[in-house]
Amino acid sequence: MKKDEDFNPKILAFLCNWCSYAGADLAGTSRLKYPASILPIRVMCSSRVDPLFVIRAYLSGADGVLVAGCHPGDCHYQEGNYFTRRRFAMFKKVIESLGLESDRLRLSWVSASEGHKYAKVATEFTEKIKELGKNSAKNKIFL
Amino acid sequence: MTKALKMNKNTQQCILDFLKFLLEKDKVKGVFTLKRINKNKDVAYSLITNPDEISTAVPFYPLMPVNAGKLLSRFTLKGSTKKPVVAVVKPCELRGFIELIKREQGSLENLFIISSTCSGVYPLKMAIDGVIEKNLPEYWDMVKKGEISPDLRSACRTCEEFIPYTADITVDLLGKNDVDKQCIMFLNTEKAEELAKDMNGEILDKELDNKKLDKIRDKRQNEKKKFFDEIEKKLNGMDGLIEIFGRCIGCHGCSKVCPICYCKLCIFESPDSEYRPSNYESDLRIKGGLKVPPGTLYYQLGRLTHIGISCVACGQCEDACPVDIPLSIIFKKVGESIQKIFDYVPGKNIEEEIPLVTFKQEEFVEIEK
Repeated sequence: MKKDEDFNPKILAFLCNWCSYAGADLAGTSRLKYPASILPIRVMCSSRVDPLFVIRAYLSGADGVLVAGCHPGDCHYQEGNYFTRRRFAMFKKVIESLGLESDRLRLSWVSASEGHKYAKVATEFTEKIKELGKNSAKNKIFL
Repeated sequence: MTKALKMNKNTQQCILDFLKFLLEKDKVKGVFTLKRINKNKDVAYSLITNPDEISTAVPFYPLMPVNAGKLLSRFTLKGSTKKPVVAVVKPCELRGFIELIKREQGSLENLFIISSTCSGVYPLKMAIDGVIEKNLPEYWDMVKKGEISPDLRSACRTCEEFIPYTADITVDLLGKNDVDKQCIMFLNTEKAEELAKDMNGEILDKELDNKKLDKIRDKRQNEKKKFFDEIEKKLNGMDGLIEIFGRCIGCHGCSKVCPICYCKLCIFESPDSEYRPSNYESDLRIKGGLKVPPGTLYYQLGRLTHIGISCVACGQCEDACPVDIPLSIIFKKVGESIQKIFDYVPGKNIEEEIPLVTFKQEEFVEIEK
């Protein structure tokens, strides 16, 4: 697809309180540069993200949804992110089976010390969404 | 080899005799089965304790008024039955019940399950129109031949899980050409052997005729492929979904009858899901227009993600849908696609955990980017 240079995607990011939100914070305090397309929402654990949150975001016109949590084994609640991983695999499959664009979803592990990784994920994902273009749900009246 | 009880009489009659025998000999205190309940010959699931009432029972009537798994769950939700009860259910109803038990919504204690190789059932609409009675001879002819009638529900025509997994007793029906002369009941568990003791009939070692059943499964698979190919053409992204679900009137009937949807406080019916003026404003600002009430796709996609992993493809959702959305095929297709990644057959094994409440440390590594 042709890239629309003026297109500034809106990406909703669910960041876990203990790792990824702190990672995003570190990226900020380290003055790392990354696109301003990410709208973060802090959740206590990545496993708090019900697929419904993602569906609502998508249907409301978010161009992409990022779910980020601690690396496997590092979860503040021991095993929350393992559940996230399974649920995300399931959810992605549902989206694919319905012929929707599963590339608009991304799961990333970002620890509190990985400010660089957060900036990298934000940049890469924004590029990817720019390639995909606007979310077609944005101008659908019946949803 | 499994022990089997052979009786030389019409299968339906044999089952009635057996149920009556169980009640009379005090082996069970109650029988849960489909029963004619009025002069109109309407059929409903009933709990019977009086042996004389058994004559009006129709255990293998080709109709699923409600998924019996859901009923058994309600029956045992507040505590298992204190006295032994035998339930005659269809394989998908049994699987639905097992999934509910995994969610702590019921108990198998003191319950004996009789199921059968299943030929499928007619849509509820045919019962409303009163044409099932007329179709019964044709139905039993089809059972004997192991064929698929175009009148059956699409969920049944495409069903490959027609052999019950965890029943105590499996009745041989599908593709059995002497079903009106002979009855074979497989006694899968010790409990079942205990129940069948002293019943008139011959005990022998036997297996289901798998060759015959495989052929029937092939037919069903072909049918499934046809249905899936057709729906795949429509399921092509947002426009396709709007096309398919455009008719939805938001009655939530599909979730009311779903054996897996058990939440008493459903998120889609909670005040949280209600749109506030600010929600309308923000959505209208983005879209410039909105269907009222909004949330049709939100509901359908939400239900797919919430119950898809355990969908037993019983087809009740489609039966209940007043606007004929092909829900059973959509849920079956999406459900199967996600069940496959966890190698999970819902309701197959009561010991097996629901994939989303368990995990392995090393898996799905490629999901994260």
